[in-house]
Amino acid sequence: MLSRLAAGETILGDGGWGTMLMAHGLQPGECPEMLNLERPELLAEIAELYLEAGADFITTNTFGGSPLKLEHAGLAERCAELNRRGVEIVRQVVRGRALVAASVGPCGRLLKPYGDCDPEVVAAGFARQIAALAEAGADLLVIETMTDATEAELALATTKNEAPGLPVVATMTFDATPRGFFTIMGVTVKEAAGRLADAGADIVGSNCGHGIGPMIEIARDFRACTGLPVAIQANAGLPENRDGHLVWPEDPETWVDGAAGLRDLGVGLIGGCCGTTPGHIRALRRRLDT
Amino acid sequence: MSTLKEIAACLERGEDQRVHELTAEAVAAGLAATEILDDGLLAGMAVVGERFRKHEVFLPDVLLAARAMYAGLDLLEPLLKAEQAPRRGKVVLGTVRGDQHDIGKNLVGIMLEGAGYEVIDLGIDVTPEAFVDAAEKEGAAVIGLSALLTTTMGVMGEVTGLLRERGLEGQVRTLIGGAPVTADFARQIGADAFGYDAGDSVIQVQALMEETAC
Repeated sequence: MLSRLAAGETILGDGGWGTMLMAHGLQPGECPEMLNLERPELLAEIAELYLEAGADFITTNTFGGSPLKLEHAGLAERCAELNRRGVEIVRQVVRGRALVAASVGPCGRLLKPYGDCDPEVVAAGFARQIAALAEAGADLLVIETMTDATEAELALATTKNEAPGLPVVATMTFDATPRGFFTIMGVTVKEAAGRLADAGADIVGSNCGHGIGPMIEIARDFRACTGLPVAIQANAGLPENRDGHLVWPEDPETWVDGAAGLRDLGVGLIGGCCGTTPGHIRALRRRLDT
Repeated sequence: MSTLKEIAACLERGEDQRVHELTAEAVAAGLAATEILDDGLLAGMAVVGERFRKHEVFLPDVLLAARAMYAGLDLLEPLLKAEQAPRRGKVVLGTVRGDQHDIGKNLVGIMLEGAGYEVIDLGIDVTPEAFVDAAEKEGAAVIGLSALLTTTMGVMGEVTGLLRERGLEGQVRTLIGGAPVTADFARQIGADAFGYDAGDSVIQVQALMEETAC
């Protein structure tokens, strides 16, 4: 993938997973990673839809697969199994036709001194998760939705230990404020770009957030402060309640106008996050190919 | 610098041990607990809250300041009870059913306590019934609802629905907040207010309390 990026190719990611699972009956409070054991056929179906839509990589359902996060559902002991199954399900669907991108999200705990968690504990958790993902045959790692640069650094350092040589994408989530873009922990785009690169990320950028509009500005900022390839995976806006249902306001046509523009900014890896669907990815594939 | 000003300054820098020591000194010197609270701890927290609202400081700074505030508050609480210091009103607070994220909710709790409100924190994964029951039992004027997940924000609508069902609409007001939550969403589910962030949530609670008082 890194050589394709270096050759100037735009890599197309897939879209949202959590929101797709919700649309297929995932209930609030249910542990999404448990579906890797309970409903592998549903995950395979979603992976198939994104593959058909033209994604170059398909993300695994392992975002909350750190044992610290799984602990909420009493599943910390099953960390390796849940992460391994997550990779296997996608691998069996893509069979070499797309890359398997293993998702690693925040561990859900705050680090000392402002929180109560020792960095060693967070790193050990990531090590268990990442070792399982790599062993199961992930083609790349996507460390995403990070807001604390120190936690992202711990995940990156762990990747270098547990899975040396595996390409790794690291993206953080920014809020738009009158003073510019910051993560909730106060990290700027410039700081993120520098610290993620120093910690060994091959590709840096942003995911989730407030929709494609703000993401274009974030992408521009990243491009201005890093020589590494940039990854942007944007939400389809922020959800609205329509007749008791959550709806993401940016439909494929609206979203893809912005997302296609990311290529012109030199963003190497473009994908979707919450609220984006195979429809969004298909529309973007079409746009990128013309 | 007076002890109270020093308490505020140390709190702003998140020096919890120093705040604890200075609070103990102030108590030993015979200052009223309410005075130490208002002009020391809360004054410092107000500065941090204001800087947070302006995005000059961020979550880690606020959490460190909050820890310093509690280091002093722990000493003052028994004294405040003895002095029967009036609080500004009660707020029931929690993260909705199915959602275990408590950083934002805790932050709102800290800011509300920092502004002098009594906060009844129900924690995470709280059912609509538990919110409404607690508000009734405690006589709280406001329920603050937090959700980080798009999968759980819908539960907020169940709480506003339950208040209507029990005829408490208008009597117990609702404030909602959390990353995916918007002012539009608040209108759509009939919540009384939307807190853009923790600082804004305090302003919203103040407004709701004033409305309810009229």
